[in-house]
Amino acid sequence: MPKPESCRYMKSHEWVCLEGGSAVVGISDHAQHEITEVVYIDLPKVGLKVSQGKPCCVIESVKAAFDFYSPVSGEVVAVNDKLAQDPGLVNRSAQDEGWFFKVKPADPKEADSLMGHPQYQEFLKTPAAHGSH
Amino acid sequence: MGTTTVRRTPIYESHKRLNARLVDFHGWELPIQYEGILKEHLAVRERCGMFDVSHMGQVFVEGKDSLAFLQKVNSNDIGRIGPGRAVYSHLPNEKGGVVDDVIVSCLGPQRYLVVVNAATADKDFAWFTRQAQGMDVKLSNKSDHYGMIAVQGPKALGMLSADYPAVAKMKRFCALELSVFGQPSFITTTGYTGEEGLEFIVPSEIACRLWDDLLAKGRSCGLTPCGLGARDTLRLEAGYLLYGQDIDDDHSTLEAGYGWVVKFDKGEFLGKSVLVGQRDGGLQRRMVGLKLLEKGVPRPGCAVFAGELRLGVLTSATFSPCLQAGIGMGYLEGDVAPGTKLAVELYGRRLAAEAVKMPFFKK
Repeated sequence: MPKPESCRYMKSHEWVCLEGGSAVVGISDHAQHEITEVVYIDLPKVGLKVSQGKPCCVIESVKAAFDFYSPVSGEVVAVNDKLAQDPGLVNRSAQDEGWFFKVKPADPKEADSLMGHPQYQEFLKTPAAHGSH
Repeated sequence: MGTTTVRRTPIYESHKRLNARLVDFHGWELPIQYEGILKEHLAVRERCGMFDVSHMGQVFVEGKDSLAFLQKVNSNDIGRIGPGRAVYSHLPNEKGGVVDDVIVSCLGPQRYLVVVNAATADKDFAWFTRQAQGMDVKLSNKSDHYGMIAVQGPKALGMLSADYPAVAKMKRFCALELSVFGQPSFITTTGYTGEEGLEFIVPSEIACRLWDDLLAKGRSCGLTPCGLGARDTLRLEAGYLLYGQDIDDDHSTLEAGYGWVVKFDKGEFLGKSVLVGQRDGGLQRRMVGLKLLEKGVPRPGCAVFAGELRLGVLTSATFSPCLQAGIGMGYLEGDVAPGTKLAVELYGRRLAAEAVKMPFFKK
């Protein structure tokens, strides 16, 4: 899995990383901490068309539900089946084993519009980073 | 809510030190969790957990008419508890709704302690004052004078019996007056988790010292500080009601499925005639527990269906850490028996569920 440094980030704390022909997506370590213990993720089905910035699945913690906004547009080609049995994987390894799904991107350049890792780290220091998740 | 109105409990500094995640709960800044709701929940089921419930209120009732007054405002039979005993009760209003749910302890002849909910403490006191008119009772709202710590779980009483030997002999729903750090205090073997345990009611000045002392001594047997998050999942698994969410001024004790709290044979009490009418005439809606048969986490406000018929909404719902499934309760129309197939609407989808008997979880 890609290192956090090579991912791009949404202001709503999703990450995306282009890997070969597909884009892997998940939530940042900051987001998993804010969400607290994940107990269920309603992952999209393979074949679903997702759009950048649009909610496409729901993350459930004990206390609340959170929308996951797709960081890229395209078609879901794989989902992380391990999350069905072990949703806590998201808390333990948000940016590695706790990835959500893979997308065949409609436009590989679309992710360039998102924040890089240094930018995201700066963003986390601002009040705007808190509260959207 | 403005930050200026947020109140802190006497244990606030310890919560900060323990890195608690604090939230505004009915105007009180309280821990929602320390290390995690699931961990805290399981600690209480398997060992013991400790909760700061200092936001709860304490009203003392004294005087010649104290029993007569308490019998008037409670649906449960306060006459059945003698000194040293406690009872869970509802305070019905004149239309059969519930002013609050409380625990009444008998401290001695003509001397009682009523523990009330935080958000309703002022409302309850005003209600008591009104209902006590013409009676020889002295009511004192001492909510600001006391801190309250709940220690809950199978190991709770054993852990405490070294420092508080009297605890070892206490059955459920007992009340004890004692000295803690030289200060007049109370222990009641009550709680809101479905586990064995007790609650300390101590003067605010020593609440933090007691918290720190219990934590230091309890660590070796797994005592875990727990927040409101685990308190909510624990009480829901136990089928306990949350005032303001599951019961309120417009829902009756009978509709809530808590008929055992209403003692019709004890004589007159407020709201009795309405409750008699409900008992004899049947109920339009009643509280039903349900369990999801599919993955997903139901939330309060979710609509519940039987086929295409919308029966009501969930008032409390969550993920049950012990059942590893979504559970919830809500007022449903008609007579929904356990085993009835239902559906819960969640984000536009209907998830299969089944009506179950409460408590959801019992050892």
